[in-house]
Amino acid sequence: MSAQKDRWVSSFFFLLFCASSIPTRGNTRLLQELSPQEYFSSLQAGRASLSYFSHNVSPGAQPFLEQIESSAEALQDYGISVVKVNCPKEDVSRYCVKENALRKAYLFRGNVLIREFPTDALFDVNSIVANVLFALLFNEVKYVETLADLQNIENALKGRSNMVFAYVPATGTAEHRAVMEAAFVYGTVHQFVLTTEATLLKDTSNDEPDVSSARLLFCHCQRTTDLAQPCRRTAMEQALTMLNIHRHLKLMGAPLVTEVTEDPEKVSTVHLQLGLPLVFILSQKETYEADRRTAEFVAWQLLGKAGVALLSRDLVDLNVLLRSNVALKTPDEGVPIKYLVLEDTDEVITLVENKSKVEQIQEDEEEEEEDEGEKENNNQDIQDDQVVEAVSRDKKRELPLEQIRALTEETFHSALLETAQTVVLFYASWEAVSLAVLRSYTEVADHLKGTRGVLLSRVNCWDWPGVCTKENVTQFPAIKIYKKGERSVMYNGMWGTEELTSFIMLSRVSCPLKLATIEEAEGYLRGEFPSELSSYHHTSLLGVFSTATSEAREAFEEAGNILSGHVTMGMYFEDDALALSRKYAVSPPALLLARSGGRSVEGIALSKQSVQDMVQMIRYELLDIFPEITVQNLPRYLQLRKPFLILFSDGDIGQMESKEMLKLAKGRPQQAFVACWLNLRKTPVGRGVLKAYFATMPSLPALIWVKLHAGGQVFKFPSEQSITEMNILSWLEKLKAGLEIPSSTLSEEDWKPPLPAYDFLQMMETAMPELPLHTSHRCGDTPARRPPKNPGGDITVQEEPSQDTEAEKVGSPGRDLRGTVPRLAAREKQGKRHSEL
Amino acid sequence: LGLALYTGSLRVVSGAAFLYHDYCIIGAGPSGLQAAYFLQQAGRDYVVFERSHAPGSFFALYPRHRKLISINKRYTGKSNSEFNLRHDWNSLLSHDRRLLFRRYSRDFFPDADAMVRYLEDFAALLKLRVQYNTAIVHVTLERNAQAWNGHYFLLTDQDRQNYKCSSLLVATGTWVPNVVNFPGSEYVEGYETVSISPEDFAGQTVLILGRGNSAFETAENILGVTNFIHMVSRSRVRLSWATHYVGDLRAINNGLLDTYQLKSLDGLLEGDLEDLAILKDKKGKLHITLRFYLENRNTSAGIDSITLPQDELDNFATRAPYDRVIRCLGWKFDFSIYNRSLRMMPGKGNKKKYPQIKPSYESRGTRGLFVLGTASHSVDFRKSAGGFIHGFRYTTRAVHRLLENRHHGVPWPSTVYPITQLTNSIIKRVNEASGLYQMFSVLADIILLRENATAFEYLEEYPVGVLAELETQTGRKAPNGLFLVIMEYGRNFSGADKDVFYYNRAVGEAQHAWQSNFLHPVIYYYKRLPTEREMRLRPPDWPLPRPDAVHHIVEDFLTDWTAPNAHILPLRRFLENCLSTDLRNFFAESCFLFAFTRQKLPPFCQHGYVRMQGLVGSEGLRHHAVDAGLLEDYTPIDFSGDSPPDSHEGSQDQLLRDHTIPVRPLQHLVNTKDE
Repeated sequence: MSAQKDRWVSSFFFLLFCASSIPTRGNTRLLQELSPQEYFSSLQAGRASLSYFSHNVSPGAQPFLEQIESSAEALQDYGISVVKVNCPKEDVSRYCVKENALRKAYLFRGNVLIREFPTDALFDVNSIVANVLFALLFNEVKYVETLADLQNIENALKGRSNMVFAYVPATGTAEHRAVMEAAFVYGTVHQFVLTTEATLLKDTSNDEPDVSSARLLFCHCQRTTDLAQPCRRTAMEQALTMLNIHRHLKLMGAPLVTEVTEDPEKVSTVHLQLGLPLVFILSQKETYEADRRTAEFVAWQLLGKAGVALLSRDLVDLNVLLRSNVALKTPDEGVPIKYLVLEDTDEVITLVENKSKVEQIQEDEEEEEEDEGEKENNNQDIQDDQVVEAVSRDKKRELPLEQIRALTEETFHSALLETAQTVVLFYASWEAVSLAVLRSYTEVADHLKGTRGVLLSRVNCWDWPGVCTKENVTQFPAIKIYKKGERSVMYNGMWGTEELTSFIMLSRVSCPLKLATIEEAEGYLRGEFPSELSSYHHTSLLGVFSTATSEAREAFEEAGNILSGHVTMGMYFEDDALALSRKYAVSPPALLLARSGGRSVEGIALSKQSVQDMVQMIRYELLDIFPEITVQNLPRYLQLRKPFLILFSDGDIGQMESKEMLKLAKGRPQQAFVACWLNLRKTPVGRGVLKAYFATMPSLPALIWVKLHAGGQVFKFPSEQSITEMNILSWLEKLKAGLEIPSSTLSEEDWKPPLPAYDFLQMMETAMPELPLHTSHRCGDTPARRPPKNPGGDITVQEEPSQDTEAEKVGSPGRDLRGTVPRLAAREKQGKRHSEL
Repeated sequence: LGLALYTGSLRVVSGAAFLYHDYCIIGAGPSGLQAAYFLQQAGRDYVVFERSHAPGSFFALYPRHRKLISINKRYTGKSNSEFNLRHDWNSLLSHDRRLLFRRYSRDFFPDADAMVRYLEDFAALLKLRVQYNTAIVHVTLERNAQAWNGHYFLLTDQDRQNYKCSSLLVATGTWVPNVVNFPGSEYVEGYETVSISPEDFAGQTVLILGRGNSAFETAENILGVTNFIHMVSRSRVRLSWATHYVGDLRAINNGLLDTYQLKSLDGLLEGDLEDLAILKDKKGKLHITLRFYLENRNTSAGIDSITLPQDELDNFATRAPYDRVIRCLGWKFDFSIYNRSLRMMPGKGNKKKYPQIKPSYESRGTRGLFVLGTASHSVDFRKSAGGFIHGFRYTTRAVHRLLENRHHGVPWPSTVYPITQLTNSIIKRVNEASGLYQMFSVLADIILLRENATAFEYLEEYPVGVLAELETQTGRKAPNGLFLVIMEYGRNFSGADKDVFYYNRAVGEAQHAWQSNFLHPVIYYYKRLPTEREMRLRPPDWPLPRPDAVHHIVEDFLTDWTAPNAHILPLRRFLENCLSTDLRNFFAESCFLFAFTRQKLPPFCQHGYVRMQGLVGSEGLRHHAVDAGLLEDYTPIDFSGDSPPDSHEGSQDQLLRDHTIPVRPLQHLVNTKDE
């Protein structure tokens, strides 16, 4: 963006430079001081000069003098010289004699006096430039006072040339100057009309304008031939500055619709150069005329905001969907053209306007960032790790650790013997993730308060590294559950309060649990047995084995060991196991599955499976058919590595949708995708997902297809269609056939370092260039070349301490504590002493 | 034969009776016992030969005045046993917590007898195989192509008993007193035998030769009773607090400096002892003169005929006669027992008291012969702590690890971690590791990167001098680049004549960390393992060749490098930029967002969240993250009572607002194509 800005800024100055007829740089002083004779003899035909006459400087004229002196440079750009004429005391000629000579400035063109200005009208550079140019451009800039005058001019221009109409609240202002400067350049191209009459402004605009701010309208009179019709007007929306006016006039001067017959990626127009987007209307031979009219219509709407181009598909081989009708090219380099299917022209306009709004915001941000950048060279030292920052912000709060016993090297082993089940959190007190987990752990402790047979404890590995090493804890945090007489279990679930609590509770029950009677088995399937787990929602798995199937049973038991804490597994292998299996229509060995929600029991036959297969199978069976996706359960579904079909919903989903989606999900048992829904109230981060997918929040519920593991395209189910199995299926067919355009594509970007590091190597080299750091690259260097180690050979830093010790001591007593008070004193920049060398 | 049965490994080779062991260690001092411990732990066949009847025989005699100058810091305010070893300079490494020196002495500067007791216990409690009363008097080689190193070491003891070993570990220390020969040196008493009773010096004038800790220790002892003490030595006094070298003069011994500078008659002189001559007059007083004067004279002539310096220069400093001259010139390695074929050569210059060895502690002359302990100090003489218990206990362990790899195929111990643990692993080590801390600039932790930098292998305390040979010495591969974690003092900070107390000597800001002066961690990054040539051509005073990138963790007053912003954050940025990845931690919620909006996930989400180990985080923490602008709160403000007070806007408005509210820090996090 800024590069483009620079480009047209410079081109403008170039223009100005050409426009000024005789640039008179080179004089040592811009303000010449001449005697009257010299002055009048120097006046050339056609050259304008602003002069004032003085005997000697009276104190009152001093401010005026300064202003006129500083405006000399600006005026020089327009070929106007500024001269101070020193009247000799005895001089009584026309300009010197008058008593009020000193209160006036004179504008000459050649030796013709154009205008005399009272010095109080020339109060600053803006007013000087504005008034001088105003006087000189008398023909190019018409001043009007009434609406009739304006209309007369307008009518006269129709069919011939365009008009620039400017309202300034007062003359001599910066805006006035900007208009005059623009008129200097464009005055021969467009007719400039200026007014200071607020009523005129009101008459020319539809709404109630703010009369205190200047305004500029471009009136497209050249195209207007009908005298009865007023000229079309395009208001400039930016502030009246020379650059903005220039930009506006450039845009107005550009063709309304550009016809394009080449690859749109290569097209560049004045709009793109000025940092505005370019909209392509994709046209075909058959509809060319209509498309052209559309393009013109859109172009008028977008005038000043975006360019419009008409692209003939017949002439350009476009590799995009046939249905696409609009394309958007942004000025940012490297951003590919976006092809869209839009319904009406309003959508095109919204598209552009939203875009520019976003850009505006970003620009503001960038500016802010730049500002910050000036204040502080970088923000490398600002924490950008959300976990670390959150933990450090929380560090003053004392954690409620009463429920959690702190174990030491001495107490660790004895503590394990005290309780049936000991949960140990291994952490490091300096490590942020550990501390974040410790916070959740305190919540677990709160939940489990009063639960007998469970001891929650912790070991700080920073204090007791020996215990942690012995317990094979190599990274933090880690949670292990020790049960008397059994091998310990490493927790491998989510670091969340709920998950951990449930894990601890579930692992209290042996896994698999041997059920003794058929009543127990039934109660187990209903989730009522064992009673301590009844309050935890879980899916119950029951292995039913006949006495003959020991192999499968062993595998099941081993799988139970692995899944302990994550699943409840029961096992029934009494003689009457057949009765149970008959009831659920399975033959042993088999698995009965009672899901936490409905408690309907499904039967799955167990074949000869390895332990790993069985674990895999159980994990798979535990997945829901049409789950509500949450932050906690997403990873389980991600592992399937399939595309997601997600219904985003604000709150619970409607019954209809739920039924249809379930039908869709159930209908195809070997789904190629994960059908799920997301409750934005429960999982608000879902909004972040939608925001990333769409420029504007789509109406809810929204059904989205995300190809998560292949290509990353995102498609939105048409909101006007109702969510039914049939509609979705046919939409999915279209997706597969490539007939739909993705709403967006997930970024493929790698995770790069968020910010650069301090380049100490470079700093060392800068500070001590003598240091042969490059030896490794040089050939022929031998150790013998080492400089002799005398005190003089020791370079730089070593000398400096004694040198500025005194100065520093005087300058800032107490600074030598810096190393001891890290953050407190560290805000002030230090280390200059070294770089100064 | 009884001895042979005792060791239980009799072997008969070429007709002569040899007692064979894989490893022979000469000397049961601290380093010999330390090596024995590691060999025993590894289940190796070894024996330690000790000429005395008990371990640590040097400490039974020395220091003469019995005060050890290795600190015995019993309290550090920390329970971390590894960290506490940083301030325990006397213990050897073992798993037995009874064998910590603080259990043996309550003194900060303990008595040497405590060391003797400690070493006895160390050998006994750990059941180390030490053969006492066995003085090895000769060592030679026997060529044998089958031997580990192409030869066996043949050792002979004072009773002509022979021993044969595959590997020889020399832990004899430096115990031969340095002697200077000059005319009259027969009048000089040695540190080894001089009286330690101050009464014997009452009213005497004493000249001490030497300027090390033993010289000052001797002076300190008699300072109160002598007329005056003069000290003469070639070099200037080097104070250990100015040089950061524990072998230089320690403040505990420097009472004489005080009295010298306060003009209390004691004094220090510089001069070459080789030029000295001592004359004894009739009264038994000792006069200092110069060898130069003697050479022109007939020595048989009486003392009166010999010119004294004061005859020509009547203000000659040592013109006053002395009652005693004491030599305190330190010790050197005993080279005498090695056959020439072993090529045990003394080092050059100020290292001539030590045998020449490589940075791997292997002798330059003989493969398979390793020098341990004080005698191995040539590697880091006047730089680090390799000549002292608190240093060589780690280098001995390093040698053992090299041997395990070389002879038993046991690679250097290492742990493999996912890349997300990189910052943590380094922070953990620099904060507690004692080996890195004591053996600064000599031992370094090595981090070998796995392919695509998804994981790394962590090796502790490898001798940096043999970095180029890393792959063969450790049995680990380094094809994808490596980090080295090492501790360093500021390069130009310390030295004999530097002011180490100047203002602003401490650097506080992370961005100036490379100018840190006190001991601080430095991390080197190499895209590939440096070659031997690069090691040779490294810049002077650099422990390592020019890296591809380097990071200094800013020095810390408390040597606690766990500050999130000053220490950990810059380190993370350094590692990130070396590896070109993002090593930040994320809450599960952020990972969820990335999983749906990005095709790739940051390592933390990849290793945690995706594997169902996401960091859910408590509500409070998530609020803090939102407040910090590092986590976006998408919760729409609704009408229920528990919402914030400014909830009068409808949810629709909120949606719009959500869309336009710029949350800047998230620009780094959420960066989808369309926005």
